[in-house]
Amino acid sequence: MTPLANLRRAVIEGWPWLLFLACAALILMTRSGGGWWITFPTAWHVPAADWINTGMDALVAGTQGFFRAISGGLGWLLSIAQWVLTGLPWLGSVALICLIAWQGGGTRLALICLIGLLYILSTGYWTEAMNTLALVLVALPLSVMLGFAAGYAAFQSERAQRIILVLLDLMQTVPAFAYLIPILLLFGFGPVVGLIASVIFAMPPMVRNTLLGFQQIQPSVLESATMSGCTPWQRFKWAEVPSAWPQMLIGVNQTTMAALSMVIIAAIIGGFEDIGWEVLSSMRKAQFGQSLFSGLVIVVLAILLDRITAAYAKRQLPTASFSGLPPLRFALSLLVALVVTIALGWIVPGVWSWPETWILAPANRINSGMQDFMIAYGGAMAQLKNTILFYLLLPVKLGFERAIAPFTWGFAMTPAMKTGYWVVTLLLALGLTGTGRWREGVALTLLAGFMFYGATGLPWVVFAGFVVLSAWSAGGRNVALFAALTCAFLLLGGLWAPAMLSVYLCFVAVTVCIVLGGLIGIWAAGSNTASAIIRPVNDMLQTLPQFVLLIPALMLFQVGDFTALLAIVAYAIVPMIRYTEHGLRSVPQTLVDAGVACGCSRTQLFWQVKLPQAFPQLLIGLNQTILYGLGMLVIAALVGTTGLGQAIYVALGKANAGAGLMAGIGMALIAMCVDRILQSLIRARMPG
Amino acid sequence: MAEERPVKLSVRNLWKIYGTNPQKLVTGDFQSMTHDGKLSHVRDNGHFVAAGDVSFDVQEGHIFVIMGLSGSGKSTVLRCISRLVEPTCGEVALDGQDLLRASDRDMIDIRRHKMGMVFQNFGLLPHLDVIQNVAFPLKAQKISRRERRERAQQMIDLVGLSGKESSYPHQLSGGQQQRVGIARSLAVEPELWFLDEPFSALDPLIRSQMQDEFLRLQQQLNKTIVFVTHDFLEALKLADRICIMKDGEIQQIGTPAQIALHPANDYVRNFIGDVPLANVLLARDVMGPPRDDGQEHPQVAHDAILDTAIKMFDETTVAVDVVDANGQVIGALEPLKVIRSLYHDEAA
Repeated sequence: MTPLANLRRAVIEGWPWLLFLACAALILMTRSGGGWWITFPTAWHVPAADWINTGMDALVAGTQGFFRAISGGLGWLLSIAQWVLTGLPWLGSVALICLIAWQGGGTRLALICLIGLLYILSTGYWTEAMNTLALVLVALPLSVMLGFAAGYAAFQSERAQRIILVLLDLMQTVPAFAYLIPILLLFGFGPVVGLIASVIFAMPPMVRNTLLGFQQIQPSVLESATMSGCTPWQRFKWAEVPSAWPQMLIGVNQTTMAALSMVIIAAIIGGFEDIGWEVLSSMRKAQFGQSLFSGLVIVVLAILLDRITAAYAKRQLPTASFSGLPPLRFALSLLVALVVTIALGWIVPGVWSWPETWILAPANRINSGMQDFMIAYGGAMAQLKNTILFYLLLPVKLGFERAIAPFTWGFAMTPAMKTGYWVVTLLLALGLTGTGRWREGVALTLLAGFMFYGATGLPWVVFAGFVVLSAWSAGGRNVALFAALTCAFLLLGGLWAPAMLSVYLCFVAVTVCIVLGGLIGIWAAGSNTASAIIRPVNDMLQTLPQFVLLIPALMLFQVGDFTALLAIVAYAIVPMIRYTEHGLRSVPQTLVDAGVACGCSRTQLFWQVKLPQAFPQLLIGLNQTILYGLGMLVIAALVGTTGLGQAIYVALGKANAGAGLMAGIGMALIAMCVDRILQSLIRARMPG
Repeated sequence: MAEERPVKLSVRNLWKIYGTNPQKLVTGDFQSMTHDGKLSHVRDNGHFVAAGDVSFDVQEGHIFVIMGLSGSGKSTVLRCISRLVEPTCGEVALDGQDLLRASDRDMIDIRRHKMGMVFQNFGLLPHLDVIQNVAFPLKAQKISRRERRERAQQMIDLVGLSGKESSYPHQLSGGQQQRVGIARSLAVEPELWFLDEPFSALDPLIRSQMQDEFLRLQQQLNKTIVFVTHDFLEALKLADRICIMKDGEIQQIGTPAQIALHPANDYVRNFIGDVPLANVLLARDVMGPPRDDGQEHPQVAHDAILDTAIKMFDETTVAVDVVDANGQVIGALEPLKVIRSLYHDEAA
């Protein structure tokens, strides 16, 4: 086709985008005037946060007795659990935990547990670790039972399922910090609040896996139970529950990890000598040795809980090779271990409580080592940080027009350079359009515009217009409507500015994840060795409470956007790597063979056969990465980001439910909006 | 011709309609409409007929095969009889008792004592071993552990799975899993035995073995059987009577020979095209009156397949005598008639 025909096609197919670009250019020209279309007028803000606070006050006043009673009951349970776990001789607890591990996964697992527990003992964090464990042990059964009930209800009734799935989406997209605040107001301060937040936060995987487990039961199993003359109750307990059991245990595993993660995070509102509090306070005091060691205690706890619950889940599968002791003998051996260690504790000194002299405390040495390291390499680290800050973070945040300055890039942006920038952009875009790639031309122009003005420099009309238009072309009217509602919520709620800051940090983090994660994924897809190295690292990054990822980043780069970026990338890169590898590896062998037979070179094979096939998987990975990034953003607020995450964190400090919830809902809406847009892209590209 | 046995299971005007409000469609003057009127009444209202006006009788000790392709409604009918699916309307009588009026409690009781069912995908409980699976229906009845182990063991021996008692379903082959399914369905010693495509998930060789074994079991147990299949040859091989279904409606009911010799319509005729009739038809199905010519003829049993008789013909044979169980000559096979019957010639 001739360039002219290609241009005509671009106008016919892409007129909404061209119109948008033209309008955006016009709006940007009037920017210096500063009308309502540039910055959203404060007078238009709706005081929704105040309304929520008023409603919350009324709710608290009316129901406080009820909620405080629950809180009291839970507090009581918690103190019993704590009393038992911290009161037992350490040898007893170690013996019990190792026995439980052995029953689930055999000698290897018991040994891993022993080593992990010895680490906790010898670094002197035993009491803190046991307090955290107590929280998990109280939260877990509640989460599991409530999750099971909700999951089964969803299985039983279509309507319940619809409601519950929407609630689950909310529970997992609204940042936990945001719903900590109303819980705080209803249940009062203290560890119980963290407990309740954990129960809520940890429930969704149990609900989902319960539902999945029941849905996966073969219809013929249920029919055969009915035909065997089972009453509904017999069928439930003998056929349905056992069939769904393995899947439910996977749910228990995920719920345990979520509960631990939340218990740690909840230290922010009500620390009480638990390990999360220990990490947080040593981080605040800039004692990196201590925060590293206590952080490792969390890692140990996470690994132990994960491995033990996973072992029990695996043991239930019909293919399991290890089955442990029969239940009665197992219970008896637990009892014997308990009695023997308590008796030993009375007689032998040092068995009841771990002697002070056995505690290794290399934390201070690490602190001074860290200081030496920073003195020696601080310059280089600062250089690295500044380079990324100046050439990547600042341009996205402020745009080239403000980020390029003598202080950062060593020169100022002259009008001639600006003109040159736009001329080159337009020429490239025209070239792409003329050769039949108008979509790429539009995308290039949009990216150039975004980079020139920065996330904070774009007028709200332009950015909102862009979001709604993307949503419309990806998923049609409904998705566009949702996007418009999200924008309206953020604008009217007065959250636009912090939201754009969140968008900026997330955009950079996701870009880094795509590039780095994509490359690592390609590497892992091509080499089994690489895959074997990367898989456990990925597992580790995902199982660890997100909180822990902050520690090393903070140690090396202090508070700031760059540190937050590192932490977000460390967490959000995992799905990108996984889905890239999976997508590339699941390209059907026949297609690869066909490509080779057609005479493709290795690069051609990659770009023209494998990548297009893997593309839907890559999009799923991207979607997950963005959602993970947004989730981590809130936690990264602890190391001093700006944006919605920080807004939630500040509201938490002031127990301002309205502000916290608004910011939290804002984040959830952004996440859901991105999710819907990408999901419709994925659906459009999925074969079948 | 064949002795009439008492009717065990009787299905009358059974309907199963799927849609927004099927019950509303079958009230009022529905019963007074013609058959075609009923069907178009339901379909015009945007509903789907899974089973339309199905009626048949199953005699005691007979194998009644419901045959149809997928979507024909054959499984629906079976599930309506066992009330795994609630029929929209109609009547299902077991020994004269209307099952559709039985309360849930009664139905559980009937399933516990009178019905057994085998499923296409076996429907074994994955967390139970073989003997526990077989004993499961007995456990539902709260029979003591010792007794149910004992009875389950008998069933396991019966289906030839001795030695596999403590294996789990995933450790067994498909054929073995279905033997477990069969043993379980027989554990309560049901009078009525339902088999829903029991051999369809198996390899052809195993399938044929299992069919032979099924016939052997039936000789021993003499149950009243409703057997669902999509395999026409399987139906011919096993059935006393066959019911062919399409789009929820019965096309023809009859013995294998009746269907093979007198297909009711083109749909049924299509199935017969590829069937080796010599292996399906019996000597008595095509025999003519005895020849009283005073000559000696080779003799063949009345229930032998035609193939056996054909092999007796040679250059000089003019007829083969058909004899009953007592050796009494009851008819004769003449070459021309035999050949015609093999070519679906109605004149036969």
